[in-house]
Amino acid sequence: MLRALLLAFALVLCLCMPAGPARAQDQDLQTILQTQAEEVASPGRQSVGTLIEALTASGLPSVPLFLERWADRGVYQRSSDGLFYFAEKQGDDYALSDIASGAPAGTAPGSEMTQIRPNGGVRRVIATALVQFQLSDPDITRRSAALDAIARSPEPDQLEPLRNSIAGETDPELLARKERLAGMLAARFGDTADERIAAIEALSGALSVDVRAVLNQILTTKPGVATALPENANIARTLTPGKDLTEDEAYARLVEAGLAPAIWSRDQIKAALTENIADGAVGGVPLGQLVSEDGRDRAYAALAAAGTVPPLVTKADEATAVSAHVFYEEYDETDASITSAAREALDEVETRVFFNQMLDLGLDALSLASIYFLAAIGLAITFGVMGVINMAHGEFIMMGAYTGYVVQQIIPDYTVSIIVALPLAFAVTFGAGVAMERLVIRWLYHRPLETLLATFGISIALQQLAKNIFGTQARPLTSPSWLDGAWVLNDVVGIANIRIAIFVLALIFLGLILFVLNKTRLGLEVRAVTQNPGMAASMGINPDKINMLTFGLGSGIAGIAGVAIGLYAKVTSEMGADYIVQSFMTVVVGGVGNVWGTLAGAGLIGILQKGIEYFNPSNTLAAQTYMILFIILFIQFRPKGIVALKGRAAGD
Amino acid sequence: MNGSFLSQNRSVFWFLLSLAVFVLIVTVLSEATGNGMISTSFVKTLGKTLCLMLVAIAMDVVWGYTGILSLGHMAFFGLGGYMIGMWLMYARIEIIITESLRAAAIPPTPEEIHDAIGTQIFGVVGSSDFPPIWIFAHSFWLQIAMVVLVPGLLALVFGWLAFRSRVTGVYLSILTQAMTLALSLYLFQNESGLRGNNGLSGLQNLPGLDAVPQAQISIAFFWASAVALGAGYVLFAWVVSGKMGSVIRGIRDNESRVRFLGYHVESYKLFVFTLTGIVAGIAGALYYPQAGIINPNEIAPIASIYLAVWVAIGGRGRLYGAALGAAFVSLLSSWFTSGGAPNIPLGFYTIQWTDWWLVLLGVSFVAVTLLAPKGIGGLFDLIATRGSAEGGEKK
Repeated sequence: MLRALLLAFALVLCLCMPAGPARAQDQDLQTILQTQAEEVASPGRQSVGTLIEALTASGLPSVPLFLERWADRGVYQRSSDGLFYFAEKQGDDYALSDIASGAPAGTAPGSEMTQIRPNGGVRRVIATALVQFQLSDPDITRRSAALDAIARSPEPDQLEPLRNSIAGETDPELLARKERLAGMLAARFGDTADERIAAIEALSGALSVDVRAVLNQILTTKPGVATALPENANIARTLTPGKDLTEDEAYARLVEAGLAPAIWSRDQIKAALTENIADGAVGGVPLGQLVSEDGRDRAYAALAAAGTVPPLVTKADEATAVSAHVFYEEYDETDASITSAAREALDEVETRVFFNQMLDLGLDALSLASIYFLAAIGLAITFGVMGVINMAHGEFIMMGAYTGYVVQQIIPDYTVSIIVALPLAFAVTFGAGVAMERLVIRWLYHRPLETLLATFGISIALQQLAKNIFGTQARPLTSPSWLDGAWVLNDVVGIANIRIAIFVLALIFLGLILFVLNKTRLGLEVRAVTQNPGMAASMGINPDKINMLTFGLGSGIAGIAGVAIGLYAKVTSEMGADYIVQSFMTVVVGGVGNVWGTLAGAGLIGILQKGIEYFNPSNTLAAQTYMILFIILFIQFRPKGIVALKGRAAGD
Repeated sequence: MNGSFLSQNRSVFWFLLSLAVFVLIVTVLSEATGNGMISTSFVKTLGKTLCLMLVAIAMDVVWGYTGILSLGHMAFFGLGGYMIGMWLMYARIEIIITESLRAAAIPPTPEEIHDAIGTQIFGVVGSSDFPPIWIFAHSFWLQIAMVVLVPGLLALVFGWLAFRSRVTGVYLSILTQAMTLALSLYLFQNESGLRGNNGLSGLQNLPGLDAVPQAQISIAFFWASAVALGAGYVLFAWVVSGKMGSVIRGIRDNESRVRFLGYHVESYKLFVFTLTGIVAGIAGALYYPQAGIINPNEIAPIASIYLAVWVAIGGRGRLYGAALGAAFVSLLSSWFTSGGAPNIPLGFYTIQWTDWWLVLLGVSFVAVTLLAPKGIGGLFDLIATRGSAEGGEKK
């Protein structure tokens, strides 16, 4: 008996033991589907949930693929036996493949196969169910794509699968993204208020745009109006008519809420009057008197008294109606503790964003300053040190940029071509500068105003010449690929690599010029000639030669600046003219005759322009206008610039 | 005094005489008198040239006589144009709107007309409200006052700031250029209230004079420009003669020395700067109704530099030189750029003057500065009688 019992037990065990695990394998995908074949074939948005739950609970590896195909209308039912297959049309027939293994399962005539077409609502349900599979998909790009999809359109029911997938994530970068996203979803869709508040507080340390978006979505408000503040509403703030919103706006809200009759506009009054013209008069008021608002009001009042039109809402009516109501903004989120937590978090985030924006603005200003510095440093030598007004300086910048362009046409490699272009641009503009000094400027050293005019003549001739040679359209000067992209610190602070390169170039030139002027024989002679050419000549310095070299040096640097500016802006025949006034401003503001002054001038102008742009970002024209006005005023108070020379070096 | 200043400037008589003869000839030959040997558009070009000559002699007084190389006088010129353009546009559109609303069942109120004009004028910059600067636009006389006041006040304030801090020489030139740049950049904005880069247009149509043919209007403007030029010439001839003329020439040659002699240099400079600014504004107010359109490009710094080019080529320090220079270069420029000049085929390359004119102008400008600082006016020295009291530049 005992043996029989044991045997029976063993038998049961034998039957059951494999039965447990075998059930999942035995009961394959097709079987599960067949149990609810009706639902698979024509799923409904409400009812499909149980089926999908059964599928996901089965843990079968083929489920995700099936769900995908199902949603994409790739699943067909064979009418002969009711089995489901993946099918693809081949001529008139369908090539079938097994839904579990994907193995080919023969063909079937078109008449036998029915395509299953889940509607949009069902597809969304399927997509949500798919997220958890995709989030733990072995393929990293698919996991990443799933995260992108969630970030794009966050849904409450994505939170659970997202959290579940965190544990199994192996890639550290994706893990961080998942945790971040889970935090943001929890802040918006968490189950309990405490959970949400905790998630919101965790967000306050962040800086990125999407975190701000999440917080702002929690804090969305809707306008409200009532006779008294509602008790149970989560009020963001109450609005005082006349202060937070105008009387007319307040009244418009009343009208919108159906609490007051609409105000008739002048056009509507006019239309009503037009409709009621009788015998050359409206309401007894002759047409001739309707040329004033007053006459029209009288005519309308007459019509209203006769009952043909509704009475006009007067200013007094408007004021009474407005004062009888309270206006407020109400949070869409009803829980006050959540909104106040979100408000606090947002304030904290925005403070950090503000400081980072300032940092970013500082970087922008620095970059602009270095561009101005590059454009002006050549002038600082020719104008600042030699006192020669060179209106063609901008055209030397243009020449340098076109040199770079031509070199790029010959040498296709961008890195090599830039390395060739920089010294070549220097050589070309050095030559042009020396030629100009020899031919024109040296005859005019004692007539500075005429230097201005003569160099201006050269400037228009060079500009037109460039237009004739290169055409009017902008030419590209492409930077090497290693200068593409940007150095990004965080979501707010970032700067393009090319701007960093220009900054570095500006620093190099600052150092180079300081070295040449202060530490070399040439610099000594330049300073001597500029301070007192007669005395310098009697000391054995040849002023002609020094002037020529100095002018060439200043022009050559303009050429290099041209290559740098061309990399960052387009190369046109007018690009020099765009910089010339600002360059002179930079030198004058900084203080003539001093390289440090030019640096200070460029810094001031860069910071100023970016600062003004910050307050009015849509209007760079206004920023430039105000900057120039500021400079004009600045020169009133410091005519000699920021760094004014003193003593004998100041000259006259 | 009157006799003495005219005897000091014999060129006044000759200038007025030749101007009168010129005006008579053009009038007789124009379409307005039925002759038609000079087309209406060319009459307009000549009328515009007279306005440019007027602003050029103003520039000559401020630069050639006082030594202030202003690169901002075309900004005053443009401002004058804008001021008259505001009235022209407002008044013409007012007439059109009133006409079109006449058919309405209920006669329009003044507010409705005003609003409709605003929509018509500012629709192009996406607005319909009149900016505050248009408050006088409805009145011809008030706006005429603006033609004088706006450039005059700008010149006064700017000049006062610049001269009192003793900004001189090239610094002042750069400063005036900055002012011009700031003004044109400001006007380029749609928010400036002057229709941004669209500018003001349709100025050739005078309000209420639609029935009058353009041939006659152009002659009327030509006459007005000639009268203004003649009056301006006499005015500036008076300014640059007598004691005043001596002082400002002294300022040009050695400012410090004049100051040490006890003259208040800043006041003289400010007077000249403001007066010439006003005359430039008036010249602009006569120029732009003939041009038909004004936009911020007209005020760009390059325009003022061209003005200096004309004066330099014509010859600084003599009024007729500046006037001739402006006429010569601007007419030559329109001849070259409109394709009037024959192209020069070189076999391998054809020189098209529309492309090469600016190169030629630039190079000849350098040549004039280097080789002939007295400009075209210097030619008159060769034929001038021995006892001429004309100042000229003695540098």
